Amino acid sequence: MSTAGNSLWADAARRLRRNRAATASLAMLILLALACVFGPMLVGNAYDRVYPDYVRVPPSLQAQPTADLIAPAVERIASRLRARATDISRDGDTLKIVLEAPRAIDERSLAFFERSDLFAAARVMSREDDGKRLTVEVPLERNYFFFGTDGNGRDLLARTLIAGRVSLAIGLLATFVAISIGVVYGAVAGFAGGRIDALMMRAVDVLYSLPFIFFVIMLVVFFGRNFVLMFIAVGAVEWLDMARIVRGQTLSLKRREFVAAAETLGVSATGILTRHIVPNTLGPVVVYTTLLVPKVILLESFLSFLGLGVQEPMTSWGVLIADGARNIQGNTHLLVFPAIFLTTTLFCLNFLGDGLRDALDPRDR
Amino acid sequence: MLGFVLRRFLSAIPTLFVVITLSFFLMRLAPGGPFDLERPLEAKIMENLQRAYGLDLPLHEQYLRYLGNLLRGDLGPSFFMRDFSVAQILMQGLPVSMALGGGAILLALVLGAGLGAFAAMRQNTGADHAVVGFATAGVTIPNFVVAPVLQIVFGLTLAWLPVGGWNNGALRNVILPVIVLALPQIAVVARMTRAAMIETLRADHIRTLRSLGLGGRHVAEHGLRAALLPVVSYLGPTAAALLTGSVVVETIFGLPGIGRYFVEGALNRDYTLVMGTVVVVAVFVLVFNLIVDILYALLDPRVRYE
Amino acid sequence: MAPVLAIRDLDIRFRTGAGELHAVKRVSFAIEKGETLAIVGESGSGKSQTMLAALGLLAANGGVTGSAKLNGIELVGASQSALDELRGRKVAMIFQEPMTSLDPLYTIGAQLVKVLRRHKPISRVAAREEAAALLDRVRIPDAAARLDSYPHEMSGGQRQRVMIAMALAHGPDLLVADEPTTALDVTIQAEILELLGALQRELGMAIAFITHDLGLVRRFAKRVIVMRGGEIVEHGAVADIFSMPKHDYTKALLDAEPAGRKAPVAADAPIVLTADDIRVEYEILRGMFGRRTLMVKAVDGVSIALRAGETLGLVGESGSGKSTLARSIVRLAPATGLVRFEDRALLPLSKSEIRPIRKTLQMVFQDPYGSLSPRMSVGEIVSEGLRVHEPGLTASQRDARAASALEEVRLDPEMRRRFPHEFSGGQRQRIAIARAIVLRPKLVILDEPTSALDRTIQKAIVELLRDLQARHGLAYLFVSHDLATVRAMADRIAVMKDGKIVEEGETESLLANPRADYTRRLLAAAFTGKVERVKGIEPSS
Repeated sequence: MSTAGNSLWADAARRLRRNRAATASLAMLILLALACVFGPMLVGNAYDRVYPDYVRVPPSLQAQPTADLIAPAVERIASRLRARATDISRDGDTLKIVLEAPRAIDERSLAFFERSDLFAAARVMSREDDGKRLTVEVPLERNYFFFGTDGNGRDLLARTLIAGRVSLAIGLLATFVAISIGVVYGAVAGFAGGRIDALMMRAVDVLYSLPFIFFVIMLVVFFGRNFVLMFIAVGAVEWLDMARIVRGQTLSLKRREFVAAAETLGVSATGILTRHIVPNTLGPVVVYTTLLVPKVILLESFLSFLGLGVQEPMTSWGVLIADGARNIQGNTHLLVFPAIFLTTTLFCLNFLGDGLRDALDPRDR
Repeated sequence: MLGFVLRRFLSAIPTLFVVITLSFFLMRLAPGGPFDLERPLEAKIMENLQRAYGLDLPLHEQYLRYLGNLLRGDLGPSFFMRDFSVAQILMQGLPVSMALGGGAILLALVLGAGLGAFAAMRQNTGADHAVVGFATAGVTIPNFVVAPVLQIVFGLTLAWLPVGGWNNGALRNVILPVIVLALPQIAVVARMTRAAMIETLRADHIRTLRSLGLGGRHVAEHGLRAALLPVVSYLGPTAAALLTGSVVVETIFGLPGIGRYFVEGALNRDYTLVMGTVVVVAVFVLVFNLIVDILYALLDPRVRYE
Repeated sequence: MAPVLAIRDLDIRFRTGAGELHAVKRVSFAIEKGETLAIVGESGSGKSQTMLAALGLLAANGGVTGSAKLNGIELVGASQSALDELRGRKVAMIFQEPMTSLDPLYTIGAQLVKVLRRHKPISRVAAREEAAALLDRVRIPDAAARLDSYPHEMSGGQRQRVMIAMALAHGPDLLVADEPTTALDVTIQAEILELLGALQRELGMAIAFITHDLGLVRRFAKRVIVMRGGEIVEHGAVADIFSMPKHDYTKALLDAEPAGRKAPVAADAPIVLTADDIRVEYEILRGMFGRRTLMVKAVDGVSIALRAGETLGLVGESGSGKSTLARSIVRLAPATGLVRFEDRALLPLSKSEIRPIRKTLQMVFQDPYGSLSPRMSVGEIVSEGLRVHEPGLTASQRDARAASALEEVRLDPEMRRRFPHEFSGGQRQRIAIARAIVLRPKLVILDEPTSALDRTIQKAIVELLRDLQARHGLAYLFVSHDLATVRAMADRIAVMKDGKIVEEGETESLLANPRADYTRRLLAAAFTGKVERVKGIEPSS
């Protein structure tokens, strides 16, 4: 034994570190959160940028455009120039294209290349046959769509990360709202006790009987699909469990001898609450928080899935999954990537919550 | 016992009243109305419609009128599906939702409790970890991800089962939605049963059983009975929620249940349909809470009927 | 004659989060047919684990090696189903906690029938009849009717009788009794022990009697094993060990009864506390808004007085109201009547008016695990009262005071940076005492401060308390159910029953000549066994 001593928190942290599933989950969650916060800046494609030439591109690690996309795209532009591409050769990132037409090619029309998502501005290398035959050099516009693109030609990676920001933010904010209401309500009821407690808990019982999914839907439908309202609605509904847990904790802590001991020392009610009761309710609150975040994220994606949540072009994992589910035939990547992100997050949060519970309450192991 | 049931039943009435009142005013406070179409109606027509449905009256009179009708069992006409009364719509949707929910609840109870007990008796073995893994997956993978995957696999690739539709409740049509509905519940019940049973298996009275040669089957029986207490209190409200329709599952599989009517009603500001659904759901919740109380008292003799 | 149970080189290890715990170290002993062997030791000595391991009842993280043979059949390593054939039939066990040993969800009739039908091919009806006969045999009145009772409808003593009935249903050769009376009140303890003795003579079984209480050993057993730290330190006939203990630890155990007496107080010592006609009634809320109430009289018109430097022992069994009375004086329980502490009437004072008085009126609680705030360091706990009553002190001054208070209770002051869960029960109780004396009180209320502790530790705490009292002139209100400890602590004793004081007097004269019937019963149950065996509990030889 060292003289420094180990607080229960330090003990819990040690136990948590020994739980491999929980630590791995925590690392994964941090990684995911970092990716969602900073990732969109690094991806290079804005989440709402539409690439009309890249609609439903399958996921690929290769730079776009790939070879099989180039020829048809060149053909398309050539036909707009009323010309034919008779020779396309590629040298690294530039194409050398020979265009032939029955009449002189209007060089201003070469801007079509630049307007395409695939190419940069074309440069004329040589002009023959009075401009009926042009050799142009067109640099390729390199783009990476690691997760492919959606039906509107938007980068799914950027969208998934942005959606993650939204889902995580809603999860955290709504949880924060729910936990705050629940902790305060529960602590007040438990500490007051007697008739006040009975009345406050009766109100909770009534609210429990509300068909709450229906209530959330009603709120969201009637008061507009508003980001802030979403998490207020969710938070306002999910605080009931927290209130019950904290009240139960407070009630049982109030009966513990160390609270009686503090009272005989003359410690004030505030002192008892802050030094003896609140620190001891934090364990269950922390555990419940980690389990509530996934619940809220799931609820948000559920509402978004029904088209009641976040609105385009903003997006969330639920929106993306709904979109993916509609396009599942032939375009599985639209479902797979957001679903992987969502379920990984939920999985990790659950494992972390379980790990925390075991760490904070060693009796259970 | 009868007095206990009666008292619980009576105490549910104020709750129901609060639910109805809250939903009524919440809905009316919201902007928009049932007849706000994209092209505004002529003022005259609008006025006639409002009068026909009593929407021109002051709000509190509408409320009292609704309560009065409700007491007579009249849920009113649907604003949006003009040819039907709310009662008719609900009577159509309820059997669908109840069939799905009933199946899911049954699966959840049998498979969930079974898996949970199985895992608890083999704590920290491979079988236990497998059940825990499955249960965590079941809780975390949302049903709107599971549903399309199952549709693709069993509906399209293997073509064993239809992708959706009600088809008068043919078994083939019900299987996938019931499984999707049941999976998360199986997972929750399994986790709960396992945790509660591990706790009970460490209890002194289980050690007593073992010390008397009543191992194996007897330990499992006593452990499971204690472990079912939290499961029962969880399944009560859950059963109410499942029996009154799952919005997602009904939407994905195109089933004409309560959940779908509710969402459509809400989107179309169909006040009476929304209210009717809320009333039905609230009644279900209260009834199932009552059932839980009774079951709990039957399972646990320490609960007194006071 | 072959022994009933022969244990050879039994070794038990537990895998724990903090590494391996070597609980029992290669112990060997035997229990002969029909004899009573006492296995004595304090908590953590491995005495219970040894017998649990022999019966294959260890917790899942425990591992056993060695041998334990019941009637020549090896138990260590036997399959659970093989063990199940023996358990309940050839060997059975009763446990310390009668409140939790029975399944709360089943009637005791159902549990008994299950036990009977496990090893005997009889019908449900016949089993029920036999169950009623068994309850009758363990002297439960109106046995047939009690079959349909649930455990929570019975008292602790009755539950222990049911437990005994279940254990003896098939007339086992060996009964393991693991502290069967520790959780019971003394008068009930005596009844249960007498019952066990009578049944033993009737059935001729052997008993392994696990206990921490040497008084019971002398009453109940012929042979004894003394265990400590997982090893047998002494082994022999009870008479020999009591008269000529060889091992130091046995000597310490025998000597562990709180000894010595308190020095008397001067007759002119000022009165510190008077309590007059104290009544505490509890309202039990019923109904959904708590409209209906039920009144329970916990303390019913009690008066006491206490001088400076004096100790009043408040004695009684559970539910007698002794703790409630003590708590009502420090206003932890709502009371009516008059409480006068140093010339101030306490009961009419508001919360803030009473605060300065609390400095000199302190309390130490029973449960050393529950009375220390788990998330505060020991230093913070001990100095918390100083924050309230001496707000002028700086943090380092408070810390220094806490350190010296810890020194006073003979703890290393360096320990103040640690947290309560890192300490043993006895150390925690010292911390609780330090928390009380750091404020330099005049009166300390001690609510069963030693009853959760092992005997040897009890003794040390009693000595510490007496020492502190002499040094600081403290007055103690000492609440206890344990007459031996009270004798060593108190100048006067008040005996409580059902919320009333039934007898009060000087310690020595009250113990020598109890007048009230209840006091006599209490004394008989607590002390007679120490000098002679209780009639009828002589084990057959």
